[in-house]
Amino acid sequence: MIDRNAVAEVGVQLDDIRFRYDDMEMRFDVAFRPATITAIMGPSGSGKSTLLNLIAGFETPLSGRILIGDVDVTSEAPAERPVSMVFQENNHFAHLDVEKNVGLGRSASLRLAEVDRAAVADALRRTGLEGKEKRLPRELSGGERQRVALARVLVRDRPVLLLDEPFGSLGPALRDEMLELLVSVQAERRMTVLFITHQPEDAARVAADMVFIEEGKVAAAGPLKDFFGEAGPAAFRRYIGNRLEFARKRT
Amino acid sequence: MISRSTMNSRVLAGILSMMAIAALIGGAFAGLIAEGIRDLSGVFGAFDAYLARIIWFTLWQALLSAVLSVIPAIFVARALSRHPGFPGRAFILGLFALPLALPAIVAALGILALLGRAGYLAAPLSGISGVAWPGIYGLGGILVAHVFFNLPLATRLFLEALDTLPTDQWRLASQLGMGPVATFRLIEWPTMRAALPGIAGLVFMLCITSFTIVLTLGGGPAATTLEVAIYQALRFDFDPARAVTFTLLQIVLTVIVMLALGRLGADVAPDANLSVASRKSVRIGPMETVLNTAIVLTALVFVAGPIMATVVAGLGADLVRLAGEAAVWQATMTSIFLAVLSACLSVGLAWSLASARRALADRRSKAARFLESVAGTGAGFVLVVPPIVLGAGWFVLLRHSGLVFAAAPVMVVAVNAVMAMPFAIRAIRPAHDAAAERNEKLCAQLGLSGWNRWKLIDWPALRRPFATGFAFAMALSLGDLGVIALFGSDSVQTLPYLLLGRLGSYRTDDAAGLALLLGLLCLTLVFIADRFGREHAR
Repeated sequence: MIDRNAVAEVGVQLDDIRFRYDDMEMRFDVAFRPATITAIMGPSGSGKSTLLNLIAGFETPLSGRILIGDVDVTSEAPAERPVSMVFQENNHFAHLDVEKNVGLGRSASLRLAEVDRAAVADALRRTGLEGKEKRLPRELSGGERQRVALARVLVRDRPVLLLDEPFGSLGPALRDEMLELLVSVQAERRMTVLFITHQPEDAARVAADMVFIEEGKVAAAGPLKDFFGEAGPAAFRRYIGNRLEFARKRT
Repeated sequence: MISRSTMNSRVLAGILSMMAIAALIGGAFAGLIAEGIRDLSGVFGAFDAYLARIIWFTLWQALLSAVLSVIPAIFVARALSRHPGFPGRAFILGLFALPLALPAIVAALGILALLGRAGYLAAPLSGISGVAWPGIYGLGGILVAHVFFNLPLATRLFLEALDTLPTDQWRLASQLGMGPVATFRLIEWPTMRAALPGIAGLVFMLCITSFTIVLTLGGGPAATTLEVAIYQALRFDFDPARAVTFTLLQIVLTVIVMLALGRLGADVAPDANLSVASRKSVRIGPMETVLNTAIVLTALVFVAGPIMATVVAGLGADLVRLAGEAAVWQATMTSIFLAVLSACLSVGLAWSLASARRALADRRSKAARFLESVAGTGAGFVLVVPPIVLGAGWFVLLRHSGLVFAAAPVMVVAVNAVMAMPFAIRAIRPAHDAAAERNEKLCAQLGLSGWNRWKLIDWPALRRPFATGFAFAMALSLGDLGVIALFGSDSVQTLPYLLLGRLGSYRTDDAAGLALLLGLLCLTLVFIADRFGREHAR
């Protein structure tokens, strides 16, 4: 497993995945390019989070296969998959300080060797959390809390990163900062990133590809530039409405 | 979702807990039914005028107790609610939480010390009435004791209901210039009326199943309830067939009342620790302030009186001699030992059920839903099968085996653990579910499971509710008289049993001293648990 994690640049593929959430039938058949940031957009309740939960192993599909690299991970437990996920909230244990919260990414028993401690310190530096090692999550700002989550992603060092609207509750300036951090971390580690966002401009800013989800299905997928424009998929244009103009200007 | 094996072991632990509880209750029923079949004529022979009188008295005292507790509680709660800055308000609320942790026998002794024939108030009461004060035995004593326990409980529950009113409603009321009467009619009363059936029902149930109070303060056949009649049939008349009849009737009675309460939407498991927040300022006239102060002070005196009397009478006993008695030491050690075991078992049961329920809630199958509802709401059964009922069943079952007295420790531990479990679940479940909700995914992702997860994640979140549940279960077990009254003997004595013995042989001073010891033990425990929990909650 360690070996597999060390291999960078793995793609993610959902091979005819079927899933049911309450009364909603979902079907995902889609591939994500390795070492690329793919934005995932779609209306609320369309199944974006479910898609990530399936890849991370928090939900079990009724049928189909999930491939990461060439390996079928469908029956693997979340911790065994070469995946890190950052949630919208609850990315930390409230009673553990920053250092421990990050350290858990290395050892689930918090028994850290010298090299692990160095990795944690390095990750904290990289995410701008130096000097805040002993703070509790509630003593941090919203942006800093998500930095803790990113620091843990760094020490976990797994090739796939799933982001479930992690910056949704941050203000514009903070969000820009976090996106910058995300882009630089991705460039450095060559991770395959799946990034759920409601902001077309965020997607335009960081992603190379786009997957648009509607009613539990992939309604459109492809290079991001194909989405913003007169020739973009109709469903996507309906979804973002008049923001299209704005987004196009930015790109 | 999450790892299947963790899930399954959690569900398995929950199922095992349920089976253990079912075995305890099932064994009691097996005993009752076997005995009933063996001596059918004896069972039916027990239906007589005496039985009718007992049933009548059981219901009548419970009804009076509920009315006398709940109606004053409405006014006490309202008074406290309207004066968030009342001097000593936090102390009063703390004092009102005290009876919940105090063993019934301690309160009974306190009331006797105050209002008994030789009580502190006997002389003034004789002076007022002109005849020698006969002592507060019988219905009067039972009612005073029940109100002592339930008036504070009802007050806190009403206060909690009032505290759920949004602040904006109060602001709006004062902006519209509502006086106290209008505020009561339009805001306070509707809220309290919604809570009334639940609170009154709970008090009624608690009084129907009250054993210790009726045993110690009830006077002879004129003031006996079903529970005490069960005990007397088993320990004094050696008439198991009669006990079976009484026990089955007790169950039928409580089931009927439970169902009726269920219809009223009552929630019949009291909360072990209520949080009572204070409210923003309301403008209150001087007349009302005086009236409210009088109401609160009266309630305060009523609740504090027996507690003070317990302390004073206890200090008046020959404590040094008592402390030197081997029997007292033995009983204290036995009590603590059994209470610790019982509390461990109770918290363990509660935790495994809460965790199984949570694991099942994540699945969406029908079987899971059924088990979930059993694990989640099966708590009300405790009031249907009170300790005496369980004890009576097992007593009858074990009667011929020669194990009755040997079984005493097991019965005390098991029955009290199960009785305290609903309270423990109440303390543990919300924190457990909230922690699970927050941490489940992250733990799964980081591979935190088993011991690591318990040590790093679950224990820190659950330490406080565990301490609360543990202390409550231990206090309940320490104060238990129902089970030990049936199973106790010279070889297995707990403090309450020893106390009852001293009371029975008219060594009132000894009894008062032991009551003080027992009361202090329970309160110290609850206090420590509270501190422990608070320290680590930071």
